[in-house]
Amino acid sequence: MMSKFSYSYFMSLFSKGSNNQPSERDDSIELATQRQLIWRRFKRHRLGFTASIIVVLFYLIVLFADFLSTAPPVDYAAARGYMPPQGIQFFKEGHFMSTCEVTGERNMESFLMEFEADCEKSEGISLFGKGYEYKLWGLIKTDRHILGMKDETKDPNAWIHLFGTDKQGRDVFSRTMHATRVSLTIGLVGVALSIVFGIFLGSISGYYGGLIDSLIQRFIEIIRSIPTIPLYMGLSSAFPDDWTINQVYFMITVIISLFAWTDLARVIRGRFLALKDEDFVTAARLNGAKTMRVIFIHMLPSFYSHIIAQASLSLPLMIVTETSLSFLGLGLRPPAVSYGVLLKDAQNVQSVANMPWLFIPAILVIVVILALNFMGDGIRDAADPYQEV
Amino acid sequence: MLNFIARRMVFMFVALWAVTLISFFIINLPEGDYVTAYIATLQATGSMVDAEEAANLRIFYGLDKPLYIQYFKWMNQIFLQQNLGFSFEYNQPVTNVISERLLLTIILAIACVIFIWVIAIPFGIISAVKQYSVWDYLFTFLGFVGLAIPDFMIALIAMYLFFVWFDFSPGGLFSPEYVGVPWSWGRVRDLIDHIWIPMVVLGTAGTASLMRITRANLLDELSKPYVITARAKGLSEWRLILKYPVRLALNPAISLTAYILPYLISGSIIVGVVLSLPTVGPMLVRALVAQDMFLAGGIILLIGFMTVIGTFISDILLLIVDPRIRLGDS
Repeated sequence: MMSKFSYSYFMSLFSKGSNNQPSERDDSIELATQRQLIWRRFKRHRLGFTASIIVVLFYLIVLFADFLSTAPPVDYAAARGYMPPQGIQFFKEGHFMSTCEVTGERNMESFLMEFEADCEKSEGISLFGKGYEYKLWGLIKTDRHILGMKDETKDPNAWIHLFGTDKQGRDVFSRTMHATRVSLTIGLVGVALSIVFGIFLGSISGYYGGLIDSLIQRFIEIIRSIPTIPLYMGLSSAFPDDWTINQVYFMITVIISLFAWTDLARVIRGRFLALKDEDFVTAARLNGAKTMRVIFIHMLPSFYSHIIAQASLSLPLMIVTETSLSFLGLGLRPPAVSYGVLLKDAQNVQSVANMPWLFIPAILVIVVILALNFMGDGIRDAADPYQEV
Repeated sequence: MLNFIARRMVFMFVALWAVTLISFFIINLPEGDYVTAYIATLQATGSMVDAEEAANLRIFYGLDKPLYIQYFKWMNQIFLQQNLGFSFEYNQPVTNVISERLLLTIILAIACVIFIWVIAIPFGIISAVKQYSVWDYLFTFLGFVGLAIPDFMIALIAMYLFFVWFDFSPGGLFSPEYVGVPWSWGRVRDLIDHIWIPMVVLGTAGTASLMRITRANLLDELSKPYVITARAKGLSEWRLILKYPVRLALNPAISLTAYILPYLISGSIIVGVVLSLPTVGPMLVRALVAQDMFLAGGIILLIGFMTVIGTFISDILLLIVDPRIRLGDS
């Protein structure tokens, strides 16, 4: 085996699996199901596999955003504006975990708050402590969070700010957790919608061929030859001001998937063209199966893996689009929190240079986009286990 | 060959038509119409408009007619009178407001395409010829990262790094003394001095994908028998590679440009906002926020046209470069 951090290990991250481990080719290959083969191949794609672990972590944040947050994401307090991140200390003054007490004072020349950490007085932090009340998944009412202050009598907003605070004194860490939830689910809903469009038009196009096929293909080409961001901007700017966050959220996913299904439709059409003359399809047809049954019961399941691969590659694209729109102020608007809304605060270079913690959400966006892309690449390579790379 | 051009022409016109439909749709999307906006601006300056006058104005502008007639009137106005409507924000015809910004957007897009070619093709060739070398891995990794990070994030990071390291914030396309003055040699030189930051930021994603495609195509070509023959005849390695396989591998590079163009234009809007460039992007955002719909619709129409025509041009370029399309009968 290669040592963990050697040059060759780093390089092997890029290799698309296969050739380097011939010893694994034993009898089990002949007996394995398609799903097992895909899974094995995906595990050998190290970059993709590592990335998928990171993606899982991000979706855990989506599930437990409130539990991970330390403060309500929209509660502001000007007295704590631009507070730098607070660290956690271990085993100090009888506490297992604690943080330094921070006192702020307004500088009357710059009108900014200046904070001073007094580590002589530490405040205890407890794991699974009490915090603001929320409903887990909209069902279970609780006030437990992963971190809470031991002294429960304190102002709940004065809790630890792991990523500091923004101009209005809102906790950047909690906002990042909530933004992750919003942005990553917008991506999922959008992908689900474009799978519906893509399967519908792609299967018709590939199965019937002929005039319908060329019409749909020209239509797709036209959509692809028009820059989409200005269209999204135009459409989303028309949202009425009195819409609720949920309405805007839903319409944005609809708009994004309205133009994003083309990649998926192309992949599905290609697979249909390749499969429609296979024996099993002819057999189904001769047995009297209706067209819809042939498409959905006989053909589609044979390339689920390709659909999943393409869908996982569209996911980062959707997230980027939503982030861009919200960043321009034409997508989700405050008080909604998404990556784009957070990055708006990081747009002013002067403030970011002085308050670098405002840039932490940007790093998270880059990490999740990269991870999703690498994972998608890995799935795509593993989707067809019989193909030699 | 004529067949190919004719088909692409037909496609181009259908796409242009689709762009006009979408732009018209977006113009009519917000509640209220031209007259509502006009009355609002008049009221802002203190003068009053009564209901009868408003109705007369609607008849005058044809707003009482059904939408499809309004659409034909609008098209007529654009193509016969080159009139895109009136911008309330700027109190000027839309054409006056956007002409220079549109020119700068086109210049930026062309600069980006050239940058993408100049960087991606040589690096792609090196990656393929020296496959599995350190360079190959480095370029592949940078390519992946460049492709995955959205360009406005690259713009934000570039701004931040420039500010922290060199203590200046990059932004705009001109020095202050050249903003809003007529074109001169000094202004062109000033533009060249400023354009490279947005060019690099915007071109990164395109460079990454073109590099990967050049590499993949060249790898396919390198193992073909004609390469071995040429090598056996004693042609020097680099001359051989540049003369035969690279020429073939370049064709997809050109067709990819048509594919990249819409992304480039989309990206230039957001990057334009971040780097505050005098391109159409920031103006489009402002127009949409202020609901200045003729200006917004005009911008969307023109950048849509630009992309579709650019795609057509790159198709024609492909025709010139690739004899298989030029001589083939399909």
